[in-house]
Amino acid sequence: MRKAFFPMLVVTAAMFAYAPVVIAHADYESTMGLVQKVMYFHAPSGMVMLISAVVCGVASALYLWKKDPAADRVAIAAAELTALFGLIVLVTGPLWARKAWGVWWVWEARLTMSFVGWLIAVGYLFVRKYGGPGSDKLAAGLAVFGTANVPFIYVSVNIWRTMHPMTTVVPTLQPGMRGTFWFSALTIFMLYGLLLAARVHLERQRTALDQLYLAEED
Amino acid sequence: MIRRLFLVVWLMAGAAMPALAFQQPAAQSEYVPVKDLPPVDQLPAAPLLVAAYSFIWLAAMFYLWTIWRRIGKVETEMRALEQRRSHSR
Repeated sequence: MRKAFFPMLVVTAAMFAYAPVVIAHADYESTMGLVQKVMYFHAPSGMVMLISAVVCGVASALYLWKKDPAADRVAIAAAELTALFGLIVLVTGPLWARKAWGVWWVWEARLTMSFVGWLIAVGYLFVRKYGGPGSDKLAAGLAVFGTANVPFIYVSVNIWRTMHPMTTVVPTLQPGMRGTFWFSALTIFMLYGLLLAARVHLERQRTALDQLYLAEED
Repeated sequence: MIRRLFLVVWLMAGAAMPALAFQQPAAQSEYVPVKDLPPVDQLPAAPLLVAAYSFIWLAAMFYLWTIWRRIGKVETEMRALEQRRSHSR
């Protein structure tokens, strides 16, 4: 993984740099025009936020069940990335909404539930940092709860009447938009994979350091 | 009788619906400068799009830098600890 990290990082950075060119060539949406192009990063970031919350929850459940420290390392890394991509979603969304809806924020189902999902991830990180002994298990429970929130975030736009576009938008994208969307999505997914790998590596090094301290005490 | 009358009116309204739906938009009687539009319609989209893209770049780069820094700190501490251990032996 270490060998592949830097080439992958270069490829991802190149894709990220090239993305505005691809986005500029994508078709304009009929009612929103240029500002709709925020979607090419906003929606994949939202997808990654949800995937990351699920990764965190599944890893936490494994940690609670099997007491596997490797699962805990993945959980904390995924929680941090849920908070990061959640922040991206919560910042880029209002930038789009201001022009498309005329307001920065509306307390409707999708936005509110996404905000709650982000708060759960941030809560997890606070518990891990300041919770003291046993906080790993407490945070793991919180992460499982956060994962239970994910399907509700996803289907909220189809169940409740909201201003947010529905989940049918992405599968029905026209050819002039579809390629651009999946190019941006692949870029964001690769970025997520790289950041997750780097963050898990940091946690592994921290464990190794703790073991060194324990060995010194012995 | 009233029911029949209601049915006729309802059918006529139903028949007129497509005609109303396909009415041409009213001809533009005057040009409105952009500055006279409501604030939302005046808002240029490009700065918002650029801001969104820039924020993602900055957030990703900043996060990557924090991981880099934290790994560096931990590895420095590990090296110092290993040196201390090798000296004490």
